[in-house]
Amino acid sequence: MNPITRFLFELQEVTNLLWRAIKGLRKKPRYFHEIVNQMDQIGVGSVVIVVLTGFFTGGVLVLQTFPTLEYYGAQSNIGQGIAASLIRELGPVLAALMVAGRVGSAISAELGSMVVSQQIEAMRALGTSPVRKLVTPRLLALLITLPLLTIAADIAGLVGGGVVAKQLYGMDVNLYISSVRTGTNINDILAGVVKPIVFGGIIGLVSCQKGLSTSGGTVGVGASTTQAVVSSSITIIIADFFLSKILQSALSSTLF
Amino acid sequence: MSFETLKTHAADEVLDTDDIDVDDPEKGRLVPVVEFRNVDLAFDDQVILSDVSFSLGRGETRFVLGGSGTGKSTVIKLVLGLIKPDAGQVLVEGEDITEFDDVELARIRKKIGMVFQEGALFDSLSVYDNVAYRLHEARVPEDEVEHEVVRMLQFVGLEDAIDKMPIELSGGMRRRVGIARALVGNPTIVLFDEPTAGLDPPTARTICELAIKLRDIEDVSSIFVTHEMNNLEYIGSEYAVLDREGNVHYEVAGKTLCLLNTKVMMMLKGDIWFTGREEELRASEDSYIRKFIRGK
Repeated sequence: MNPITRFLFELQEVTNLLWRAIKGLRKKPRYFHEIVNQMDQIGVGSVVIVVLTGFFTGGVLVLQTFPTLEYYGAQSNIGQGIAASLIRELGPVLAALMVAGRVGSAISAELGSMVVSQQIEAMRALGTSPVRKLVTPRLLALLITLPLLTIAADIAGLVGGGVVAKQLYGMDVNLYISSVRTGTNINDILAGVVKPIVFGGIIGLVSCQKGLSTSGGTVGVGASTTQAVVSSSITIIIADFFLSKILQSALSSTLF
Repeated sequence: MSFETLKTHAADEVLDTDDIDVDDPEKGRLVPVVEFRNVDLAFDDQVILSDVSFSLGRGETRFVLGGSGTGKSTVIKLVLGLIKPDAGQVLVEGEDITEFDDVELARIRKKIGMVFQEGALFDSLSVYDNVAYRLHEARVPEDEVEHEVVRMLQFVGLEDAIDKMPIELSGGMRRRVGIARALVGNPTIVLFDEPTAGLDPPTARTICELAIKLRDIEDVSSIFVTHEMNNLEYIGSEYAVLDREGNVHYEVAGKTLCLLNTKVMMMLKGDIWFTGREEELRASEDSYIRKFIRGK
């Protein structure tokens, strides 16, 4: 299969899975307990890594940009730059990449092992739709928790930046906070929440699709796990560019 | 017997059942619980089943024998509607399931229990939750669920393992739990997919005894896919009886009694190569069958 045909085939499979997952929501049973369980595993379980990533990213941003701004005497604007880059770009993308690594791999490995040990077939034989029972709750959990995790990463990043600005460059905390507030507007916040919803969908669909299409025994589980992380990470980065462009046009024309 | 004669023999068994009223308790027994009508299936260029027709009567056990890759397990997956045939019809209790959607298939699957090769237990659920799976899905009250789970685990002799996780069970125990899970909801059809592969002889014998008990005491119809001849020897020649205390005994059919409710079907390259009783299979002069039975 050539790369384009393969890409189109994968796209078709993912779209089909999305459609079935949405259909799964319309009918009972809806597995609310499973959704909450997945939100706990995916959301709460990822808080620490996402907060750590955000904190040190914010810190390193200040570390690298403060001397340059100081050169031009614009160091009081550091908060604006950090807030804009974190809330618009780094927060959503880094949180999504961390979750793709941690959760995407876990989803794909779990579903893949269930396929090779015939548990998915057993589930179907027992009259349950694996999409409704396994895919829909994971997808919903990601759609709900990734925006929340992104907000946590943003806040941790701003705090990390503030700590570095105060401790290493002796900047006044109030000055930092006020420059962060000046640099943050509603467009940034909206874009920063819309993006992770899309990224959550990408991670959920790609990982579930890779997991459910596993073949070739335990070696296949390893392969589909790697593919899930690689494909969802690359898709997130590509989607980020186009989403940024779309959101930039849409938000600037409608709100301000 | 030539290949063509063998095939005709197999096709002769299919009854014309379209006019029988399934709901009539007397005549309903005549309707095959599973029927294949000229089923064809191929994956890409590889032919899996070619013009396969057979029927499974109520209370009957049908062995599906054959080497690896002869389409044995595919037969079971077709009955469950997990895969659809390219041509032909698959009927379950008189209903053609070939064009059924997921909702209708879910209704049909409630009548069917499936025992997988390695048990296919859900790793994340305890033995109790595995066996109770179907009932939990149907939102049955917990006290009823518990009663049913205990009853089924007693049937397979594993009531002590109720709180264990699948990882803590041996291969034989996993399969017995798989059988208990398949039997919840009193299915009328049970499908066994190589349930004794890789088990030691006494454990394999226990699994076969469960299949005999299901056939003779519970009146369950089953398709038993295997390539192990000792499975056929036990199930094809022994029957279960209850004594006055309700204990189950296994007796050998021998010369006084002939087991008509167990038939053997041998597959070769997607075709039914042989259909008949165990004794007929063993008496066959066909070279493929002799090689299969004796290994050379």
